[in-house]
Amino acid sequence: MTDPALSGDTTSATVRDTPVAGSAAQSRSSADETRPRQRARRKHRGAAVIWAVLAWLAALVFFFPVLWMVLTAFKYERAAYTDPPTLWFSPTLEQFQAVLASGVGTTLLNSAFATLVSTTCVLVLGIPAAFALSLRPVKKTKDVLFFFLSTKMLPIVAVIVPLYVIVNRIGLLDNIWTLIILYTGMNLPIAIWMMRSFFLEVPAELLEAASMDGASLWTAVRRVILPLVSPGIAATALICVIFSWNEFFFAVNLTAVRAQTAPVSLVGFITGEGLFWARLSAASTLAALPVVIAGWVAQNKLVRGLSFGAIK
Amino acid sequence: MRKSLRIYASLVAVACLALSGCAGAGALGSSAAKTVTIAMVSNPQMQDAIKLASHFEERHPGIDLKFVSLSENEARAKITVSTAMQSGQFDVVMVSNYETRMWAENGWLRDLSGYAANTPGYDVGDFVPSIRESLSYRGDMYSMPFYGESSFLMYRKDLFRKAGITMPEHPTWQQITSYAKKLHEPGNHVGICLRGKPGWGEVLAPLDTVINTFGGRWYDENWNARLDSPAVKRAVGFYVNLVRKYGEPSAATTGFAECGTQFSQGNAAMWYDATSAVSIVENPKSSRVADEVGYVAAPTVKTEHSNWLYTWSLGIPTASDNPDAAWEFISWVTSKDYIKLVGRKLGWSRVPPGSRMSTYEIPQYRKVSEDYAALTLQALRRADPENPTVKPVPYSGAQFLQIPEFQDLGTRVSQQISAAIAGKKSVAAALEQAQQYAEAVGKTYQEQP
Repeated sequence: MTDPALSGDTTSATVRDTPVAGSAAQSRSSADETRPRQRARRKHRGAAVIWAVLAWLAALVFFFPVLWMVLTAFKYERAAYTDPPTLWFSPTLEQFQAVLASGVGTTLLNSAFATLVSTTCVLVLGIPAAFALSLRPVKKTKDVLFFFLSTKMLPIVAVIVPLYVIVNRIGLLDNIWTLIILYTGMNLPIAIWMMRSFFLEVPAELLEAASMDGASLWTAVRRVILPLVSPGIAATALICVIFSWNEFFFAVNLTAVRAQTAPVSLVGFITGEGLFWARLSAASTLAALPVVIAGWVAQNKLVRGLSFGAIK
Repeated sequence: MRKSLRIYASLVAVACLALSGCAGAGALGSSAAKTVTIAMVSNPQMQDAIKLASHFEERHPGIDLKFVSLSENEARAKITVSTAMQSGQFDVVMVSNYETRMWAENGWLRDLSGYAANTPGYDVGDFVPSIRESLSYRGDMYSMPFYGESSFLMYRKDLFRKAGITMPEHPTWQQITSYAKKLHEPGNHVGICLRGKPGWGEVLAPLDTVINTFGGRWYDENWNARLDSPAVKRAVGFYVNLVRKYGEPSAATTGFAECGTQFSQGNAAMWYDATSAVSIVENPKSSRVADEVGYVAAPTVKTEHSNWLYTWSLGIPTASDNPDAAWEFISWVTSKDYIKLVGRKLGWSRVPPGSRMSTYEIPQYRKVSEDYAALTLQALRRADPENPTVKPVPYSGAQFLQIPEFQDLGTRVSQQISAAIAGKKSVAAALEQAQQYAEAVGKTYQEQP
């Protein structure tokens, strides 16, 4: 269920870019009216149109499965299985009602709790680390960075059995805090690497200037640096939210009833006998919504992040 | 300014405290008494059980039921890990006749015979004998059947009538081939739908019954692999040829669910598969051919019958803290009364079939299932997992081998078969590879004292 949110986001980004590119081409070329330039302009415009069409096509290709999922969620099971598939059907909310009645609400709450708490932990731990590793480099910064990254090199499936034994022994099976600890550990290296690249964009002179003006390190960080990197924080937080919201492997192995998260509950809608596409689509649509909303809310910050390099 | 630094630091400290504090509370909560946690496979009959659970809780106010239902693969993996590790996470687990004996031997499941004998009216003698036997280890039952299935052939009565063919009650595979050839009209419907998807529970289930009835076997009495024997080659060659010539398009990715869709949408003239498929093809909500489906016994060649046997059943892991409460639930959901409750509350076509003989004597159930009930029961009773083929075998099981290595071995062999169905490999090359896999497993049994 990773794809809906991710590809949905890519789509909107692509779509946003296209008109900007077009208008830039226009304004640049309208400066001069000589013939060769006109030809170049036509050529340029032609290229822009082709790129726009390609971008729209790519966007459609990537977005279509998501659209199909949302459409299927409003179908009756039998309509979901018609061959050839149909776009015309009488919509129903029956699937959503059934999904909500099956107690998916608790799992959504579990997911939200694990996601928010682990993302907060990642930011609380990751921002100071990234700051130290970029603006105030310590000894062997490279080694430390590589160490962080190396924790991502072992496939999760290779550690699941020892992890299961440990979690079982300390009595933390089916406990949401187990997932929070794991998600924090899982996202921390990514967050530190991401945040570091944003901190590196901030000129060290800014810190010096602030301290010349009598600001303590804490004030300088809080009032000068953090506002500058806030788009970076937003982007990092969004990535952490997406990763922990969609995480399946830990959740399916280490939770059962009380701590079950939304992706695991989705699997319960797949049955070996009988039809389930419409109901599964409705459940997936519900599960994808929070991430889409989070991405949408963070959008403004993210766009500012794109122009961030301009301060150099 | 230092003040805010302190605030920040104390916030972190509070967060850490909260983390550790709540972790402790969560751990304490997990041993709450009288909660029965049940891990199940999310098939329609199990969903019905969850819906009706309030009836149980009303009668047992001290017991709180919690369900985890996952799709088959996830459920199987999760139940295996938690039972093998003795985690005590679940009080009731859904297993099948593949796991029950092996797990009983490992001491992972509780012996339920004593519980059953002490429960008035439970009547173990009413279970279908082959099913009861498949869930027993040294004469005692270690899991109780929730529903059972065998295999049979489904066909479209309207298409057969139009073509002037009469389907015999006990067809042979040769007859089926000739019918498939006559009825194969690409664009309208294919001759027969057969599973081709890799997986030990997918293509191997129907294929193994074909191998059995052709006289083939996986191993001889001394655990010598026999997948390269002429009988197995003939059987697999026959199956691959039939599905490639008169089967559904992209057969190598078609499993039970896909065949169910194809057949119920009218795209196939025949379908050889599980008796539980009736819940798809007979349901007017999902099927376009509900009124036109006929049923006959599983086709044969050399053996008299060739049926598989499968059951989803409920057991109690030895690590469960609440075995008594767990038994209360199991004895309710596998009882005669539960079957009647489903019939009354949800409809008689939805009762879990194939577990109890008495189900087939309920007049209301007989009425809704008159087309297929007798044949289902007959197939279940004829299934003989101890003697699945012509010659003796060292393993038990008709459509699988009841050995722990089979999940892995079966999956790898099934990938070879699927490759042959897809046309990427010859049947001979696929079986040569499969034989090597089987030899490696066979050796470990030959070396055992």
